[in-house]
Amino acid sequence: MPASESNLTLHGAFARQFSRHARAIIRSPAEVANPLLFFFMVITLFPLGLGPDPQRLAEMAPGILWVVALLSSLMVSGKLFASDYEDGSLEQLAIAPFPLAVLALGEVSAYWLATGFLLALASPIFALMLGLPATGIFTLMVSLLLGTTCLTLIGAVGSALTVSIRRGGMLLSLLIIPLNVPVLIFGTTAVSEAVMGGNATSWLALMGALALGSLAVMPVAIGAALRVSLDQ
Amino acid sequence: MWTIIHKMGSPPWFFRFSGGLVKWLLPLTVCLLLVGAVWGLLIAPPDFRQGNSYRIIYIHVPSAVVALAGYYVMAFAGAVSLVWRIKMADVTMRAVAPVGAALTAIALVTGAIWGKPTWGTWWVWDARITSMLILLFLYLGVVALFEAYENKSAAARACAVLTLVGTVNIPIIYKSVDWWYSLHQPASIKFTGESAIDPSMLYPLLLMIGAFYCLFAVTVLLNMRAELAWNHRDASWLKQLVQGT
Amino acid sequence: MPLLTASDVTIERGDRRLLADVNLTVSAGEIWQLVGANGVGKTSLMRALAGLARLGVEGQIERQAELLYLGHASALKPSLNAMENLRCHPACDVMASDDDIERALAAVSLAGHEERPVGALSAGQQRRVALARLLVSSARLWLLDEPFTALDSSGCDWLDEQIQQHVEAGGGLIFTSHQPSRFGSRQIDLELARFAC
Repeated sequence: MPASESNLTLHGAFARQFSRHARAIIRSPAEVANPLLFFFMVITLFPLGLGPDPQRLAEMAPGILWVVALLSSLMVSGKLFASDYEDGSLEQLAIAPFPLAVLALGEVSAYWLATGFLLALASPIFALMLGLPATGIFTLMVSLLLGTTCLTLIGAVGSALTVSIRRGGMLLSLLIIPLNVPVLIFGTTAVSEAVMGGNATSWLALMGALALGSLAVMPVAIGAALRVSLDQ
Repeated sequence: MWTIIHKMGSPPWFFRFSGGLVKWLLPLTVCLLLVGAVWGLLIAPPDFRQGNSYRIIYIHVPSAVVALAGYYVMAFAGAVSLVWRIKMADVTMRAVAPVGAALTAIALVTGAIWGKPTWGTWWVWDARITSMLILLFLYLGVVALFEAYENKSAAARACAVLTLVGTVNIPIIYKSVDWWYSLHQPASIKFTGESAIDPSMLYPLLLMIGAFYCLFAVTVLLNMRAELAWNHRDASWLKQLVQGT
Repeated sequence: MPLLTASDVTIERGDRRLLADVNLTVSAGEIWQLVGANGVGKTSLMRALAGLARLGVEGQIERQAELLYLGHASALKPSLNAMENLRCHPACDVMASDDDIERALAAVSLAGHEERPVGALSAGQQRRVALARLLVSSARLWLLDEPFTALDSSGCDWLDEQIQQHVEAGGGLIFTSHQPSRFGSRQIDLELARFAC
């Protein structure tokens, strides 16, 4: 038995789970780059499909940016718990003497930093590509910051529910797209309001409330869903 | 209270009880549907603006109302299943999902048919229709998740988690779609306010809503009986029950 | 003092009854071995005892001690190195110091491999990293599912020794193995449990 040891607090367990996952993501940078690359490529498709008219693109930019954000979160959330399920880490998480919800949240946070947070940081570039007026860019970043929190947490619930199913990709979309509708509506509206000089703050406040609510509720659902997935 | 819950959890008891219930609920449903349909489609006066085409609300509105209520029934069963681990709650959830999905689909189709003469187009991104469409996705998600799991008790628990998350979300979804619609509302399309409905049209509508609730209950009960019969196909009580009647 | 008590445990999988009326009490200083052919339900019982499987499991399972469970999958992240994998292992309740981890890795003869990604190690070496957890953890109850797979004979000897030490220090364990009895362990033959259905 180890000579020097100290008991781990809940906070420490969260931090350890976070760092374990963050390190794993940093070691395979493709995980970080893929959602951004996806975003970049899909944004390119819109002018090709809709025509290069700058005015029209600018008008549609809030909607386009948010729909693509939703799609890229959809694309990545399927992988969230997949490797943990296969290599047995989830079993160990479920046995750990800490609430599964907290440990899963540690993992999801690391994941969000690598996907949603980076996307929010990089979003001005994509906004410029579509000619989104400068007045909307700050709101876009804040709305993505708050919105991707919700998207990631909801995506994590879907991923936890489908991780044990062999071909869960399509099912995952079906499960989480309807739940993501409010985030899409609030996000798009906030950015549009900001562009038109309206009141974006109240929409951002709504998104903040949604993000906090998701932070409170979703980890419990993630934990319960992971237990179900392990138990077969 | 506890004995009732416990009894409800026992398949033989439930099978006998639901058999009796269906026996009088089914005729009641048929009667209500017939009376409501005749009243609504033939006797109620035509709308002064929409003429006779409005009569589709006697199917559209009840199916939409019951479809939404069905989701809450499913969520309640899901909560019971998660907390008390009662098998019957799993069976209920599984029985409600396809019925709810069908009702939502009926509401959507009748809405589209109604839209053609009223707005001149089959599909309008109206707040209520859009909400119904999202509700359909929610239902289909539950049905698909149930089918995807091989272990059916695991499937029930997964669906319970999903429906509970969905239940928390439904008010937010409805509200957000409402706001979204009011922001983009085209001036030419206006809904006739529900408060303006005349009693001569309202009473048959209420009757039809009642009829649809009964229809929902009957189909769910029949679904549950079918599921139970399949699960216990080798059980002696079932053989006795079938041969006895 | 019992570390784990299981009474009248019955496991069903779908419509099929896998095991019936398994009773066992693991006390401090005891080694239990689950034996039985493939598919008889050894892993299912282990997962039930660990609290991972609950659906279809009837009966009482009580764990009165900290648990270390080692499943078929090693729970190692291939992109992390051995040190990181042990330091951030999700199931440990203690913060092991780097010295402890280094000592544990040296004990499984992986000294010098601490900084290599686990994915670059051989299957046997990966198994050793997973087993090094036994030295880092303070859990008294060990549930080891097929711990001897992918180990060479020196590895098996080392593990034997660890198990003996663990038991002498007041721990208890259950393990599964195809190989006939090691140690003077109490055996529970799951074939018999199945015939009890």
